[in-house]
Amino acid sequence: MTLEAAPLFTIENLHAGIEGKEILRGLDLVIDRGEIHALMGPNGSGKSTLAYVIAGHPNYEVYEGRILYKGENILEMTPDERAKLGLFLAFQYPTAIPGVTMANFLRLAVNSVRKARYGEDKALSPREFRRLMREKLAMLRMDESFATRYLNEGFSGGEKKRAEILQMALLEPEFAILDETDSGLDIDALRTVADGVNALFNPNMAMLIITHYQRVLSYIKPHFVHVMLDGKIVASGGPELAEELEVKGYDWLKAEFAETAS
Amino acid sequence: MATEAELELQRLGTEYKYGFRDPEQYVFKSRKGLDREVVEQISWMKNEPDWMRQFRLKALEYFLKRPLPTWGADLSELDFDEIHYYVKPTERQGRSWEEVPEYIKQTFERLGIPEAERKFLAGVGAQYESEVVYHSLREDLERQGVIFVDMDTAVREYPDLVKRYFGTIVPPNDNKFAALNSAVWSGGSFVYVPEGVRVEIPLQAYFRINAENMGQFERTLIIVEPGGYVHYVEGCTAPIYSTASLHSAVVEIIVKEGGRCRYTTIQNWSKNVYNLVTKRAAAYRDATMEWVDGNLGSKVTMKYPAVWLMEPGARGEVLSVAFASDGQHQDAGGKMVHVAPYTSSQIISKSISKGTGRASYRGLVKVHRGAHHVRSNVVCDALLLDEQSRTDTYPYMEIEEEQVSIGHEATVSKVAEEQLFYLQSRGLSEAEAMSMIVNGFIEPITKELPLEYAVELNRLIQLEMEGSVG
Repeated sequence: MTLEAAPLFTIENLHAGIEGKEILRGLDLVIDRGEIHALMGPNGSGKSTLAYVIAGHPNYEVYEGRILYKGENILEMTPDERAKLGLFLAFQYPTAIPGVTMANFLRLAVNSVRKARYGEDKALSPREFRRLMREKLAMLRMDESFATRYLNEGFSGGEKKRAEILQMALLEPEFAILDETDSGLDIDALRTVADGVNALFNPNMAMLIITHYQRVLSYIKPHFVHVMLDGKIVASGGPELAEELEVKGYDWLKAEFAETAS
Repeated sequence: MATEAELELQRLGTEYKYGFRDPEQYVFKSRKGLDREVVEQISWMKNEPDWMRQFRLKALEYFLKRPLPTWGADLSELDFDEIHYYVKPTERQGRSWEEVPEYIKQTFERLGIPEAERKFLAGVGAQYESEVVYHSLREDLERQGVIFVDMDTAVREYPDLVKRYFGTIVPPNDNKFAALNSAVWSGGSFVYVPEGVRVEIPLQAYFRINAENMGQFERTLIIVEPGGYVHYVEGCTAPIYSTASLHSAVVEIIVKEGGRCRYTTIQNWSKNVYNLVTKRAAAYRDATMEWVDGNLGSKVTMKYPAVWLMEPGARGEVLSVAFASDGQHQDAGGKMVHVAPYTSSQIISKSISKGTGRASYRGLVKVHRGAHHVRSNVVCDALLLDEQSRTDTYPYMEIEEEQVSIGHEATVSKVAEEQLFYLQSRGLSEAEAMSMIVNGFIEPITKELPLEYAVELNRLIQLEMEGSVG
């Protein structure tokens, strides 16, 4: 199999957890360029763990399996090495960094990623960066004062989520995970964020949208929907699977899964 | 491929940038150790008036009588007999850099002083070992009556002013190290700002120790007449030696009615220097005194800039940053002494400890009886970078008056793994993420610095991080 033919992103038999407690129990997933996948599941099914493991959170341990990105196993890489390959995670609970302005942080982040991905001479000058930042702020209908605010400090829930999408817009990932980006957003904010995400999506990239509810999927249309239970993907299908879940809840799948497992 | 700048950064990360040394080519160097003869010798070489000679000898008695402080940092390895107390590098002082001996000039070039002078300073003093080798002040300020000379020149040329104020704010018997400085002082700055004159761009003094086992004892006196303003900045570096050097300065400041003085220090001594400094200011009616104190280098620092609030309306402020990395103890803080009613003060201290480094906040707020309607606020935040680093807080309050408003907050935090992970997940290396968190932590203080110094401070912290991670 040549690298060109390999899918953008593959998870094979992933077993991972935290402090010796296994949470992901043999998870497989293949995502290719131009695809939006939705990962759904009840609380505690391991969705956020999966997001952290893909991004490289140091507290999580991988017991078995591989994560291939562009044909390369990324599990031994540090989080910044993964980011420099074009991976991005929009956090469910972004961390505040007091005293660090959005603009200062993002300029350093954008330039380290740009240099790694496009070449040393592709860093943006302060002026170019300001222009790009203003453009993306406008796209997400965010006030320009965001640039001078401290990173996530004192942000409302909705502001934090928008700020995550702003970062995604500036970092131009090829593979983005959105972890419960819809939670805590009112309907107007959800629409703005979804519009932003849709505008950013292109056939060269892929997205994994982690969500508890079907609601966000009427704004961001997934090509594939997966359901996760107990650290495994137990059902996969098209958008109709999300609608079915909306009507029937997760219980029928739990019952079915319990049967097949026994 | 790494860029030139990155290569330089990598190289710097592994070493103290200012650790280079010049060969010793001195006019005079006193023998090691301290006694009456050495003090007499210093005074004789400086051709001082008798009152100053007497002042020194009296101070020497105080120094010899006083025990070492038993609190604060560990000074037990400091051997007073191993120090050269006076080193004279050159016969005369330059008014232009061309007049400074070539090797010393080169040193200051490497430290970026002449460049900084051209770009953003109103006046510069450069001290090398015991003597000030270069001094300049912009002509327009000179014409307005501003005086900015080294302390030895001031004793000769402005004896009345010096005699009136010298040793009044920090008396020779104030503490052991003030006594030591009073006995062997040499160099330092004398600044006089006449009534109503505002010196809008900073004056800077730069202190450089070069010789091994050197003691540097500069003495600074700043007088701001009513309505005047000055911002004085000092920077300090030294080569790295395996043996200890001693820096023990005294700074005295008088800010008269409605005047304002800001004194900024970026201390970056090499990690073999004991830095034991007494800094104190008196602020009179409606006057403002601000100490901005950044301590990064040295083996041991004990320094608590103080403001005595003498008359109603006086305001004092200390903004202190201490960074203690492996093997360092930064014992720093501030003191506010409210002598008069309707005075206010603020101390904001930010300390960072890394590895075996230890940062302590030590501060005093004292309110004298009768000093009612005093407002004072103390905030000390400590940031620990790893498991073994250590921080302590010693906030002393002596309040003798009822009608006062005193606030105190202290926090200790660790760099959260979540913060590091978050920043790294955006493409920042661990070192970059760490220095960003630290720079954010001290941002309330760096935003008070002139841009050039804020950048320098952030860069120094980044270098500390580069050396530590990975």
